[in-house]
Amino acid sequence: MRAPLSDLPIMLEDAAVVVGSLTILNDIALTLAAGAPTVLVGPNGSGKTTLLRLAMGLLRPSRGRVTWGGRIDAASTRRAIVFQRPVMLRRSAAGNIRYALKAARVARSESAARTAELLALVALSALGDRPARKLSGGEQQRLALARALAKEPQVLFLDEPTASLDPAASKAVEDVIRAVTARGIKVVMATHDLGSARRLAGDIVLLHRGRVIETADTTTFFSNPATHEARSFVAGELLI
Amino acid sequence: MPHDASALELILSGDPALISIVRLSLIISLSAVAGAALIGLPLGALIALARFPGRELTIVVLNALMGLPPVVVGLAVYLLLSRSGPLGSWGLLFTPQAMIIAQTILITPIIAALARQTIEDLWVEYRDELAAMDVGLTGRVATLIWDARFSLVTALLAGFGRAAAEVGAVIIVGGNIDGFTRTMTTAIALETSKGDLPLALGLGAVLIAIVVVVNGLAWGVRRAGERLAG
Repeated sequence: MRAPLSDLPIMLEDAAVVVGSLTILNDIALTLAAGAPTVLVGPNGSGKTTLLRLAMGLLRPSRGRVTWGGRIDAASTRRAIVFQRPVMLRRSAAGNIRYALKAARVARSESAARTAELLALVALSALGDRPARKLSGGEQQRLALARALAKEPQVLFLDEPTASLDPAASKAVEDVIRAVTARGIKVVMATHDLGSARRLAGDIVLLHRGRVIETADTTTFFSNPATHEARSFVAGELLI
Repeated sequence: MPHDASALELILSGDPALISIVRLSLIISLSAVAGAALIGLPLGALIALARFPGRELTIVVLNALMGLPPVVVGLAVYLLLSRSGPLGSWGLLFTPQAMIIAQTILITPIIAALARQTIEDLWVEYRDELAAMDVGLTGRVATLIWDARFSLVTALLAGFGRAAAEVGAVIIVGGNIDGFTRTMTTAIALETSKGDLPLALGLGAVLIAIVVVVNGLAWGVRRAGERLAG
């Protein structure tokens, strides 16, 4: 039985991340609530990845604070992340999932069934015995998704999950994201791909130079953006 | 061991004394590698993962210890195990166990230093993933050692090569006692000093052959493992 939802909402309150003299994120005020996927968009270097890491709890804010369900020091046992270039452990595809299940303290008696279920979810059942590092890019991305789902997260952070994938592989990944959302898992995703954002997002957050420029539901963001930067971004112009 | 026999005859006839020396040499060297691996692999992994004051100095010292002079190690172990030494009551001096201890001390820094580098490289790759999966320090160390196992074979081979070729430490703490603590290297030293060069050469050939075979097997295991594990 799943534990009661407790990590949502995730609230970033005037959060900043400063490394040396470089301010990567500044004055971030954002609430990530349960529901449809939130998609972070913005040009390279706008702070999308750092924001994901901050909300995941892998980074501490230099200023401001981040709370998960109202708590500051919530352990990340109910949050998972798939990095832009997920690293496959040196074992089989199924072995990668078994490892994640063990890390999530799933009982050994449940491990085989859960592994099979997660492989099926990402359509990799036939490749369970194959060394994970020998899978294609799209297959590795789906395996990383399955591995992240091993701990039954409430929130799943995805960093450019379809970057460098061909359309077929991107569609397969998007299908998994829809399946994950249908399970009630909150997806927070960074992407450059506006098409992917339009198809998947419930709401959009536009970042530029480390600041949140605009937050809106997907329809509003694409049809009636409020800011000059958002209008330029949606129009495909370069945000510099 | 018949002194008038040629080295080749000794090898081909399976001379019992020769086999005994070879067997003891292998037992001592492989035991030392096993002991050093048990200490050196986790130690190397911990140094690779941990951030603590003096870490850089620790790495420099560890690397420097790879060049530990065997006779100095032999002398230190001799002093520890001698009757008047702190561990004299164990009665281990001039036994194969003392030789294993000396060789373990000698090769632990080699295995730890090489493992540290290998594991640190893998840690750079794995750090974010293991952090995201909430894997604790012990789990990280175990995972990195397991996933780097085929690369770590090289570290173990370096340790085995050092142990198998080493003579200074084992002759001091083993005493080169015929039929009890005589290894290939100590026998080679002895036969050379006696002028029995054919026998010394024969033992040398056996020693080199063993090192080549062990390295070949390890290489094969590593390649097969890499193919299977990716």
